[in-house]
Amino acid sequence: QKVSVEVLDHLEHLALVDFRDSEGVERLQKAIQFADQLHEVNTDGVEPMDSVLEDRWCLYLREDEVTEGNCTKELLENARETVEEYFVAPPG
Amino acid sequence: AALKDALRSQVSAALREGRVTPTELCQRCLALIKSTKFLNAYITVTEETALKQAEESEERYKRGQPLGILDGIPIAVKDNFNTAGIETTCASNMLKGYISPYNATVVQKLLDQGAVLLGKTNLDEFAMGSGSTDGVFGPVRNPWSYSKQYKEKSVSKSHSEDKESDWVISGGSSGGSAAAVSSFTCFAALGSDTGGSTRNPAAHCGVVGLKPTYGLISRHGLIPLVNSMDVPGILTRCVDDAAVLLGSLAGHDPKDSTTIQDDFKPFELPNLIDVSKLSIGIPKEYHAPGLSSEILALWLKAADLFKNAGAKVVEVSLPHTRYSIVCYHVLCTAEVASNMARFDGLEYGHRSDVKDSTESMYAATRREGFNDVVRGRILSGNYFLLKQNYEKYFVKAQKVRRLIANDFVKVFRSGVDILLTPTTLSDAAPYTEFIQEDNRTRSAQDDILTQAANMAGLPAINVPTALSERGLPVGLQFIGRSFQEKQLLTVAKWFEKQVQFPMIQLEEVKRHDSGVFQHQQSASFS
Repeated sequence: QKVSVEVLDHLEHLALVDFRDSEGVERLQKAIQFADQLHEVNTDGVEPMDSVLEDRWCLYLREDEVTEGNCTKELLENARETVEEYFVAPPG
Repeated sequence: AALKDALRSQVSAALREGRVTPTELCQRCLALIKSTKFLNAYITVTEETALKQAEESEERYKRGQPLGILDGIPIAVKDNFNTAGIETTCASNMLKGYISPYNATVVQKLLDQGAVLLGKTNLDEFAMGSGSTDGVFGPVRNPWSYSKQYKEKSVSKSHSEDKESDWVISGGSSGGSAAAVSSFTCFAALGSDTGGSTRNPAAHCGVVGLKPTYGLISRHGLIPLVNSMDVPGILTRCVDDAAVLLGSLAGHDPKDSTTIQDDFKPFELPNLIDVSKLSIGIPKEYHAPGLSSEILALWLKAADLFKNAGAKVVEVSLPHTRYSIVCYHVLCTAEVASNMARFDGLEYGHRSDVKDSTESMYAATRREGFNDVVRGRILSGNYFLLKQNYEKYFVKAQKVRRLIANDFVKVFRSGVDILLTPTTLSDAAPYTEFIQEDNRTRSAQDDILTQAANMAGLPAINVPTALSERGLPVGLQFIGRSFQEKQLLTVAKWFEKQVQFPMIQLEEVKRHDSGVFQHQQSASFS
């Protein structure tokens, strides 16, 4: 089952990575084929696993206290194009 | 505090007794890094800051107030950990020139204990790979390629004009860190492990590679690949040292909500170890296709070692093992697609000159910044996450993940304490041979023995076991129960003592002054 052109375009748009060469498309096809092996496994009644720590309830919410910040200068330092305290993107 | 009092240290003791100073140690390591530059283990060497840290450490020793066992110890860090003021590249064009504004928690912890950071080590781009061959700074060479042991064995082979092409890979993706530890340029190094990236190069480079339980060590500052599987990895020359590093790094971090909140108690490993009360499981599915007969023989020999020491050795089954690579393929690419979305050229990293629109700038930036491997995974990941595919692939993989994790739970519940498996299918391949296959195929082949432990979040360790017929290291892997690192490392230490893995004989390294160098040659610093 080949990936349709519509899906490819959609993917490029979502991923913002292009693979206009046939090599890229073939690589994707192979990846899908490889992944299809998953369907050999019977997962009836099995819950998806988000985290191996699910039994430990460690994904907690902390108090809404501000503990850090005010580092605008550091954050802007690594950007190539900035104006005042803004990151600059091309228009459009 | 308890670790400081233990006198198992060789280098640490030497530092404390003033037989060697931190600056001497640092200088020796820096000199050795220079003369082993051909290994390409380091991307950045932080000479100035390292010497400064060494000087500060020296002051503390002079005052009789070292910070702990790691004070003055030279270490290296994989280049996917953020290090304040130091370039962090992930071996990618996307982050060339990126100067981290902060330290990863694990880096901060090491520095707080006085460790001396020598530099950032080489890896596969964004930690995607099993050979450390796919980074923009070139491949890492396994130090054993230049060892007397390997050279002796290759004499009989055809003499290619270019002796240079005989070198073997270091494994990956933490190849730089493994090579750095293996070639004595540092006493310990940080790696990362998502599918085996610490254990694989450890096996190929003949060093100890520990993958801790997921949730034990903070990932804050480790540039993420797969958030639900990544862990910082520890590479050292002996198991005792791995325990020391673990002790200084483990514990809850408020900045990483996936770290468990239980108190972690650093431990020392006993010297006298009795394995007779243990049950060692041998998972039959790890006798994977492609496993070299050499490694199979070593694995069986190891099982006998335990048997003869009175341990109960049983064959067990982890039936879903063969699906772990497929499962990983889907979950990894999906999380990668998400994690790589942050690289758009706006806030940091490479930015394309294309100005037509924001989207075209993003697309061009990512095309220019990422290599094929990364781009391929992003595309696959996005495919599996499409609405029409989400249940079929992503959720399905999450279900299979649970089955894989449950396999381990069942085995541990049946009374098995530790699993013993090979770490890699064979010894290190020559580079020219390795690159014949593409990254995805290689990873799929090489990760098969290590990946499931990441899937289940379990701790696992590679212990160098013996040299292959080609004179290259082969390691075996122990997998333990969640958060039972003490038991895992105790068994690993026992095994390490039994096998007496030989020290690498590097001629390049002999040329250095042997006086101070004795301390580097000693297998451990702890």
